Amino acid sequence: MPWNFENDRPIYIQLVERIQLLIFSGTYPAGTKLPSVRDLANEAAVNPNTMQRALAKLEEDGLIITQRTSGRFVTEDEKMIKKARDKLVQEQINEFLVKIQDLGFGKEEVLAIITKMLEEMKI
Amino acid sequence: MSTILECKGLTKTFGRKKVLSNIDLELETGKIIGLLGPNGSGKTTFIKLVNDLLTPTAGEIRIAGFKPGVESKKIVSYLPEKTYLNEWMKVEQIIEFFSDFYEDFHADKAYEMLQKLNLNPGDRLKTMSKGMKEKVQLCLVMARQAKLYLLDEPIGGVDPAARDYILETIINNYNKDSTIIISTHLIADIEKVLDYVIFLKDGELVLSSFVDEIRAEQGKSVDKLFKEVFKC
Repeated sequence: MPWNFENDRPIYIQLVERIQLLIFSGTYPAGTKLPSVRDLANEAAVNPNTMQRALAKLEEDGLIITQRTSGRFVTEDEKMIKKARDKLVQEQINEFLVKIQDLGFGKEEVLAIITKMLEEMKI
Repeated sequence: MSTILECKGLTKTFGRKKVLSNIDLELETGKIIGLLGPNGSGKTTFIKLVNDLLTPTAGEIRIAGFKPGVESKKIVSYLPEKTYLNEWMKVEQIIEFFSDFYEDFHADKAYEMLQKLNLNPGDRLKTMSKGMKEKVQLCLVMARQAKLYLLDEPIGGVDPAARDYILETIINNYNKDSTIIISTHLIADIEKVLDYVIFLKDGELVLSSFVDEIRAEQGKSVDKLFKEVFKC
């Protein structure tokens, strides 16, 4: 199944986000070995160089560790994963809050609406 | 990073008509490159010049340092826009022919690809449809272990399912030592597998850039940019 990409942003950034999501959601739990660049590129139907670049970025961020002989692994540092995950959530909520503020909603109002919706969702 | 293809002032005219005009280009090894442009922009002429099927009017070409000729042809695997294979031959005979002809041809790889595409090696070419012939030809071209693959419209005539398989084949066969140049105007289908794109317009090089750079700088896909640049 090819992955879907938005047209207005670099593909490698979207690959980074997608793999992050796979790690955060536990599809690739801490310490698991990742498929090879070629296999991942094939699955996503993208250029292997682009996949390579995305993995390099994830490695730079510390989410992925390369072991020279045996391949790439998700970091075993669960704290690190949690930190990256929290950061992503904060970014997304921040983006949302800015939008909502632009629409003229105040703090209490937003909080009330969110609380009510969460109750209705019964999470 | 070494250079696989270099052009300096490359120009080609047919009589009074200028088809390629003063192309300067340097392409790195290990990339999948899209040669993009509307009909009549000079894509096929460019590819034919690199393959020594045409002679430049001015300027020069170097393929891994070689002028187009015997040495360059050993390392270039070329998919022409038209088939040149003998209609009466069976696919397996053509494979034998290729094995004799090219040192870097891997018959087992060709058979494997044919099987994936549901093509029967015992069939004669003349009994096959246009799309099937195109698939056969692509299998032959990709079964070589070349340094440079020049694919002139490889996905134009085949069905969408085969198109996916062809792109998959290109991804799978790609390695750091080889370079693939794909000419096409079906950009949306192929954009995700390209590293780099070259835009030709009326025989001139109007853009050469990395795909993700275009997306980052312009905030739009190459497909969309193409439609803007070549708006009729």
